[in-house]
Amino acid sequence: MANNAEDVENNMVSIKQDQQESNTAPEPIQQQQEATGTRVRSRGGSGPGGGDSEDGGGGSGSSPEQNGQPPTSRPSRGVENEEDEDEEMTLKYGAKHVIMLFVPVTLCMVVVVATIKSVSFYTQNVGQGMIYTPFPEKTDTVAERAVNSILNATIMITVIIVMTFVLVLLYKYRCYKVIHGWLFLSSLLLLFFFSYIYLTEVFKTYNVAMDYFTLAIIIWNFGVVGMMCIHWKGPLRLQQAYLIMISALMALVFIKYLPEWTAWLILVVISVYDLLAVLCPIGPLRILVETAQERNEPIFPALIYSSTMVWLVNMADTDRPKRSSEEAGSPQQETQEAAVASPVPSSPSQDNGGFTSSWVRQQQHQLGPLQSTEETRREIQQMPSARPPVEDDEEERGVKLGLGDFIFYSMLVGKASVTAGGDWNTTLACFVAILIGLCLTLLLLAIFKKALPALPISIFFGLVFYFATGNLVRPFMDKLALHQFYI
Amino acid sequence: MTAAVFFGCTFIAFGPAIALFLFTIAREPLRVIFLIAGAFFWLVSLLLASLVWFISVQISNKDSASQQKGLLIFGVVLSVLLQETFRFAYYKLLKKANEGLLALSQEETMPISIRQLAYVSGLGFGFMSGAFSVVNILADSVGPGTVGIHGDSQHYFLSSAFMTMAIILLHMFWGVVFFDACEKQRWWALAAVVTSHLVVSCLTFQNPEYVASLVPTYIILFLMGVWAFYTAGGSLRNLKLCLTCKDKDFLLANHRPR
Repeated sequence: MANNAEDVENNMVSIKQDQQESNTAPEPIQQQQEATGTRVRSRGGSGPGGGDSEDGGGGSGSSPEQNGQPPTSRPSRGVENEEDEDEEMTLKYGAKHVIMLFVPVTLCMVVVVATIKSVSFYTQNVGQGMIYTPFPEKTDTVAERAVNSILNATIMITVIIVMTFVLVLLYKYRCYKVIHGWLFLSSLLLLFFFSYIYLTEVFKTYNVAMDYFTLAIIIWNFGVVGMMCIHWKGPLRLQQAYLIMISALMALVFIKYLPEWTAWLILVVISVYDLLAVLCPIGPLRILVETAQERNEPIFPALIYSSTMVWLVNMADTDRPKRSSEEAGSPQQETQEAAVASPVPSSPSQDNGGFTSSWVRQQQHQLGPLQSTEETRREIQQMPSARPPVEDDEEERGVKLGLGDFIFYSMLVGKASVTAGGDWNTTLACFVAILIGLCLTLLLLAIFKKALPALPISIFFGLVFYFATGNLVRPFMDKLALHQFYI
Repeated sequence: MTAAVFFGCTFIAFGPAIALFLFTIAREPLRVIFLIAGAFFWLVSLLLASLVWFISVQISNKDSASQQKGLLIFGVVLSVLLQETFRFAYYKLLKKANEGLLALSQEETMPISIRQLAYVSGLGFGFMSGAFSVVNILADSVGPGTVGIHGDSQHYFLSSAFMTMAIILLHMFWGVVFFDACEKQRWWALAAVVTSHLVVSCLTFQNPEYVASLVPTYIILFLMGVWAFYTAGGSLRNLKLCLTCKDKDFLLANHRPR
C-alpha cells in the first residue's frame, strides 16, 4: 500500500454568514452565534503519508458562548424602523449571499459540463479505477454489479470516516505541521499535475500543436500563481477563480474514475454522512468545531470558497494546518483548500455584493484528498466576531462554502450530462435542482443559524431529478420534439 | 448544419428572454432566486405530467401508433393543466411567504412586489419551458446532418426557434395576467389564461404546417402581450412618455437628467 496514497478528504463546507452588527436583529442568540465562526473543511488523507486527515474545524453555531468576544454594537431595540429595515435588509442580504454562492457553483458546473461534452478523455472507460473502488462494474449480471458498487461505496465511505477521525485526532493533538505539509503537497499536485493533464487533453481534443517549453511555462505560471493565491495572498477574484478551477478538476477526476453506480451510491452515502457528521453530537465534524472553539482558534478550512475577503487573525499563524496529500498510484486527487481568514482590523466594510475593498487574506490551506474518498461537510456558521488576540471585532459579511460541496455538485451534474445519453434536459434539471437545494440550505441557515451540511438537500434533489428526468421526462420530451408538439 | 444555424436559432429562441433577464432581473438577487424557483416549479409540473404519461404508455398497446399519438396528446393537455396548476401553487406560496415577511417586518412595503413576482415567475416558467423544448434540438443542430432528408420539413430548426421564443414570452405574459387575476379574484381571466395556453399547445399539433401553427400563436402572443401590458399598469400615455424619455418618475429613479 505504500505506493498508493490514499487521501481521504473530508470536505467540510462551512457556510458562514457574517452579519453586520448594525443589521443583525438584536436578538441575543444571533449575537452569540456571531461569535462562533468555525469552518469545517474537508481534508484529504494520503496513504503513504500515514493519512493525515485534515480537518478544518467548523464552528458549531449552536454554542451560545462566544470565546471572549464582546458583543458588537447592537442597535437599540426600541427603534421600530431599525427592525423593519433589519428585516428587509436581512432578506435582501440573505438573497445577496445566495447569489454570491449561485454564481461560483454555476461556473464550476459550467466548466465541468463543457469539459465533459467536449473533451472525450474524461468519459473514456478506464480499465482499473481508483484504488478505492477495486470491484469492477463490468459484470455479467445486474445483481453482481449492484453488489460490487455497494462494496466500492462502502470502502470509500470507510476510508473517509477513518480519515475524518484521524483528522480530528491530529487536530486534537495539535499536529499542525503534518496537516500543513500534506495540504501543501496535495494542492501542489492538483495545480500542476492535474492541470497539466487537463491542458494536454484539451489540446488533443482541439488539435492544437504546442511544444513542451511553452507548455512548461504555462503550467509553471499557472501553478505558482495558484499556490500563491491559495496559500498566501492574492486578489479575491483570482483566488475564487482558482478554487473553482480546482474544484472542477477534482470533479472531473471523480467523474472519470468512479464507475457509474458507485458514483451515485457514493453521492448518497456522503450526503448521509455529511448530515450525521455535522449534526450528531458524536460527529467528527462537530467535535472538530467544538475543539476549535474551545481553543479559540480558527478552524483551518481545508478548502473553503469565500465570497468576501475575510478578516485576519493574528494568532492564526501558529496553528495553521497544512496538509499535503500524496498520491501514489491513482491520478486522482482531491485538494482542498482551507482558507484561513483573519479579521481585518480596519474599517467596517459595507457589504455590497460581496465586494469589500479592505480584506486581507492571509493564508489558505489546501488540503488534497486522494482519490479514495472525499468528505464534504458543510457547516454554516457565523464568523466569530472577534478573536482574543484581535481587538477589532469587525465582522464582514460573507458566505463561505466548502470546496467539497462544489466538487460533489459538479460531479453530479457532470455525471448527469454523461450518462443520460447526452441529454441536456437532464443536465438542466439537475442544475436547477441543485441550485434550489442550495437556496433551501441557505434558508435553513438563516433560520437556524448554526452549522449545517450543504450536501444533503442539494444532492437529494439532484438525484431525484436526475433519475426522474432521465427515465420519465426524456422519453416524453423526445416524443414531443419528434412531432414538434409544444407544451 | 452549420454554426450559423445553431447561433441563429439560439438567439432567436432565447434572445428576448436573455435580454429581459439581463436588463431587469440580473441585478436583483431576490428576483433571480424567484426566477429559479419558478423554473423549479415548472420542472416539477413536467415531472408529474411525464410520470402520468409514462405510466399510461406502459399499460397501453405499444404497437398502435394512433393510440400512442392519442396518449401523447393526452399528455400534452395534462401537462398544460399541470403547469397552470403549479403556477397557481407558486402564486399561493409566494403570497404566503410575502405575508409572512410582511407580518414579521411590520413594514408597509415588501422587498418585492407581487407584480414583480408575477413577471419573474412567468419568465422562470418560460425559461425552463423553452429550454426543455429546444436545447436538445439546438445541440443536434451543431452536429452533422441534413434537415428533412426523409421528406420532412426543412424549416424544423427555424420553426422550433420561433415557437420557443413565442412560448417563453407567452409564459411571461401568462404569469403577469394570472397573478393579477388571482389577486383580484377575476376567475374569468384565469380561465382565459389556461384556455389560451391550451390553444397554443393544441395549435402545435398541426406541425409541420407551420403557417397554421405559428401565425395564430404569434397573434395570441401579441394579444396576451397587450393584455399583460395593461394589467401591469401600462397605458398608451405611459408608453408615450417612456418612449420619448419624458417619464419623470423613471428618470428620477435612474438619476438621469432630462
